[in-house]
Amino acid sequence: MAAATAMRFGQLSSGSDMAPDWTTKEVSTGTTIMAVEYDGGVVIGADSRTTTGAYIANRVTDKLTPIHDRIFCCRSGSAADTQAIADVVTYQLGFHSIELDEAPLVQTAANLFKASCYRYREELMAGIIVAGWDKRRGGQVYTVPVGGMLVRQPVSVGGSGSTYIYGYMDSNYKPNMTKDQCLRLVSGALSLAMERDGSSGGVVRLAAISETGVDRQVILGNQLPKWSTIYLTIYPTVCLKDWRSTLLSKGLEIYPTVCLKDWRYTLLSV
Amino acid sequence: MEIDFMDSQIKGVSTGTTILAVTFNGGVIIGSDSRASIGGYYVSSKTINKLIQVHDRIFCCIAGSLADAQAVTKAAKFQISFHSIQMESPPLVKAAASVLKELCYNNKEELQAGFITAGWDRKKGPQVYTVALGGMLLSQPFTIGGSGSTYIYGYADAKYKPDMSREECLQFATNALALAMGRDNVSGGVAHLVVITEEGVEHVVIPGDKLPKFHDE
Repeated sequence: MAAATAMRFGQLSSGSDMAPDWTTKEVSTGTTIMAVEYDGGVVIGADSRTTTGAYIANRVTDKLTPIHDRIFCCRSGSAADTQAIADVVTYQLGFHSIELDEAPLVQTAANLFKASCYRYREELMAGIIVAGWDKRRGGQVYTVPVGGMLVRQPVSVGGSGSTYIYGYMDSNYKPNMTKDQCLRLVSGALSLAMERDGSSGGVVRLAAISETGVDRQVILGNQLPKWSTIYLTIYPTVCLKDWRSTLLSKGLEIYPTVCLKDWRYTLLSV
Repeated sequence: MEIDFMDSQIKGVSTGTTILAVTFNGGVIIGSDSRASIGGYYVSSKTINKLIQVHDRIFCCIAGSLADAQAVTKAAKFQISFHSIQMESPPLVKAAASVLKELCYNNKEELQAGFITAGWDRKKGPQVYTVALGGMLLSQPFTIGGSGSTYIYGYADAKYKPDMSREECLQFATNALALAMGRDNVSGGVAHLVVITEEGVEHVVIPGDKLPKFHDE
């Protein structure tokens, strides 16, 4: 008991409680990123939230960074570290591609990421998924987590929000899916992770990379797939005159003490 | 250094386990894995039963330090049976959950255990209550807990629907446990499931080789 009280006291007197997070915490892409291979290409996706502690520094971040025409990387971890590594690899890969006089392999890009992440592993905090299409092996996904390992996987998730969707991904991924099935899997998984992880949120950014090119899309918050644990959502098409019957049909009781001005907020917070 | 990666030690101070409880049409299913580990390095028991019966139609399962949990459930079991004798009727699930909550809240400094209580009573039918680490009591249609639960939040959110049938609910609970046990190294062994309905209590044990397999196995 005494030890616990002493610990609490220590926390009260520490200075960092007074200053807001964004003056002391590093900018981090606490995030959810995902990539899936299909026959003919890859689908990659990410959320769009960058945080400095509890402050959302950027709510529309683009974490899908092009490294070459048909090679992208998904970044998670420290925003500064991953941007710096991506810049270095973009330069190295561009140079290599000019020397080779043909499009680079995804495996080459992944190895360049691994080389930087492993050599400077003590200084860096970066988890990267490299995905793309090349002529030799088609669509490929390589994951380079913190520490600098490199492994090819048919489907990979990363970032702080990824822990919540391992079960969903394991049960819903099947080999040889089509591009549309992959898009649905990625957007579904990302929206579930964004619901549960405080460091992930915003919009879902998707990209489908294949021989013909890169097809990017954005799914806004209100267009994301909805799940049954979200019991009540407010649709602007509900006629306000029928609000009583709408509430009753959702199984809510109406108490005359509810202030009608706040009816939206009241419904959402139920 | 940001440490917001897959670190189950920081996510919640729960020792290795996956537990869940789900209501369905007419009853509730409470389930857990069967592994007890020391520090994630040594499996001290492969077949421990984490589902503790506190009364005829009320079970609870524990997340956290097993020692704390056993002590608390022993005290709770006594208090609930005493209460039930005094009232001359089976206890409400909410009463059982409240007893656990009181014990957790009043001893919050010393304890490191969270509980899921599930059961059936005449007043409200099947119910699930969570008692979190600091002593918060929450009623939910379904809940998951333990270190393995982080991996199945997405799956549970996507697949749960209200008013499932008994078979659908069994399938949901089994799949969720199998997925969590597949990803969490401190959850494993067999899947224990208890189905509680008005008629009675049925204990289903699914050994490791009979658990559902997924695409990479």
